[in-house]
Amino acid sequence: MTDPRRTLATVWRLESARIVATLARIVRDVGLAEELAQDTMVIALEQWPAAGIPDHPASWLMATAKHRAIDTLRRHRTYQEKLQEVGRATPQKVHDEPDLDDYVGDDLLRLIFTTCHPALPPESRAALTLRLLGGLSTDEIARAYLVPEPTVGKRITRAKRTLAERQIPIELPPPAEASERLASVLEVIYLIFNEGYSATAGDDWMRPALCDEALRLGRLLAGLAPAEPEVHGLVALMELQASRTTARTDADGNPILLPDQDRRRWDRLLIRRGLDALKHTERTYGPYALQAAIAACHARAARAEDTDWARIAALYDVLALVSPSPIVELNRAVAVANARGPAEGLAIVDGLELPQYPLLPAVRGDLLARLGRTDEARQEFQRAAAMTRNAREQALFAARAAALSP
Amino acid sequence: MRYLILLKGSRPATPPPPELMGAIAQLGEEATASGALLDTAGLSPSSAGARASLYGGQLTVTDGPFAEAKETISYALYQVRDKDEAVEWANRFLRLHRDLWPEWEGEADVLKVMGPEDFQA
Repeated sequence: MTDPRRTLATVWRLESARIVATLARIVRDVGLAEELAQDTMVIALEQWPAAGIPDHPASWLMATAKHRAIDTLRRHRTYQEKLQEVGRATPQKVHDEPDLDDYVGDDLLRLIFTTCHPALPPESRAALTLRLLGGLSTDEIARAYLVPEPTVGKRITRAKRTLAERQIPIELPPPAEASERLASVLEVIYLIFNEGYSATAGDDWMRPALCDEALRLGRLLAGLAPAEPEVHGLVALMELQASRTTARTDADGNPILLPDQDRRRWDRLLIRRGLDALKHTERTYGPYALQAAIAACHARAARAEDTDWARIAALYDVLALVSPSPIVELNRAVAVANARGPAEGLAIVDGLELPQYPLLPAVRGDLLARLGRTDEARQEFQRAAAMTRNAREQALFAARAAALSP
Repeated sequence: MRYLILLKGSRPATPPPPELMGAIAQLGEEATASGALLDTAGLSPSSAGARASLYGGQLTVTDGPFAEAKETISYALYQVRDKDEAVEWANRFLRLHRDLWPEWEGEADVLKVMGPEDFQA
C-alpha cells in the first residue's frame, strides 16, 4: 500500500491543521492560508507519483507550503514596490521576512483563537474550526450537522471574509481578553461535542464522528495550553461523557438513561483519561471543571446505587453560583432529589421557567411519580412527549406516561 | 475508531542509540498532543514474562523467554479516522528506526480494535 495518493491524503489529514496554522501566521490571512495549503497539496499530487513518496512526507509538505508562502509574499512585495516606483498607489506596509522557525504550537493556538473569534456567528465558528483545524471537508461538516453543503460552504466563506474585512489579526489574544477568548474556544469545542453526542431533532441520537473531532481538538488544546485548568476540565468532561457512548443506546438505537446503563460497557480507558485530566483542575471551580467533577462521580460508581449524590448536589450548588442557568438548576434539582428526597427536588423544579424544554416536565413527572402523585406525573410525561422533537425521547416519555396509567 | 499497534522486532546486541529513544519520546508526545495516541508503553523482553497456553485440552505455563525470533517491543493504542492514519503513525515510528538505528529490523502489526462501528446493523 505505498500508493502515493493515498499516503498523501492520509498525511494531509494528519498535518493540514499545522500547515494551515503556519501559513496563516506567515501570510496573516486565513483564506489565503487555505489556498496556499491547497496549492501545496496539488504540488504533492503532481510530484509524488513520479518522484516517489518523500522520506519524510510531513516535513516535505510543511517545507513546500512555507516556500509557497514566502514566494507569495515576495511577489506581493515586488508588486507593491513596483507600484511605489510608478507612483500609482500609496505604498502599503510591507511585511518583514517572517520567522520561519516560529514554534508551530503557537501557530495552532493562534489559528484556533481566530477560527473561534467572537466576531464570527456561532455556527460559522464551528464550521471554520472543523474545516481548518479538523481538516473536515465541507461535505463532511454538512452531513454531521444535517444541513445542506452549500449552507456550510457559505458559512465558511463568510467567516473568512469577516476576518479579512474586520482585519482581525491572527494573534494570541491580549491578556485583558484572554479569559473571554478562551471561553469562546472552549464553547465552540464543547458545542461540536454536544452536536455529536445528542441530536435535538430527528431519529438518530448519535453522530460519533463529531465527538471524536471535539475530543481531538480538546486534547490538542490541552497540549498547547497546559496551564489552563478549564481546558483540562473540558477535556475531562468530554472523555468522561464519551466513555458512556456504547452504553447509551440499545441494539435498536433507543436511548438508555444513565441510571439504567450497563456500566460494564463504559469505556474504562476514557474514564481513566478523564479522571487524569480532572487532576489538573484541582482547587479550581470553573464551569467545565465542575461539570467534569460531576461526571466523575458517575464514572466512579460501579453501580447506579453507589452514586455519591450528596457530592453531586454539592457540586451543582457551586455550579449554580459559578454558571447559573435554569438548566443547571434543573440538574441540581435532580441531584438534590436523589440526595435528600424528591420533595426537595420538586421544590426547586417548581421555581423554574424553561419553556419548550421537554426535560423539565420529564423531571417533574419523575419526581411526582416518586411522591406517589401518579395522575400529575402522567400528565407531565405526556406534556414532555408532546414537546420533544426527538423521536426516541418521545417514545421514552410516552412509555413512562403509559406506565403510570390507572 | 481505534487501532492497536504492536511493534515487533529483533533485539540487537547493541542497545538503541539515545537519539532514537529521544526521537521516539518526541514522536509519542506529538501523537499524544494531536489527540491520536491514547495509551502506550514499552514491553519488557519475554524473559521477564510467561506464557499460559491451552492445547489439546491441556493448560500449560512456560516461563519466558519465548523461542520466537521476534519479540513484541511495545504497544500503542491510537484513536484515528481510518486504518490509513494508523498505518501512517506506525510508519513514522519505523522511519525513526530506519534513520537512527539502521541495524534494527522489524514490523508493526496494526490491529483494529472492535468498536461501536462494528456492532451497528
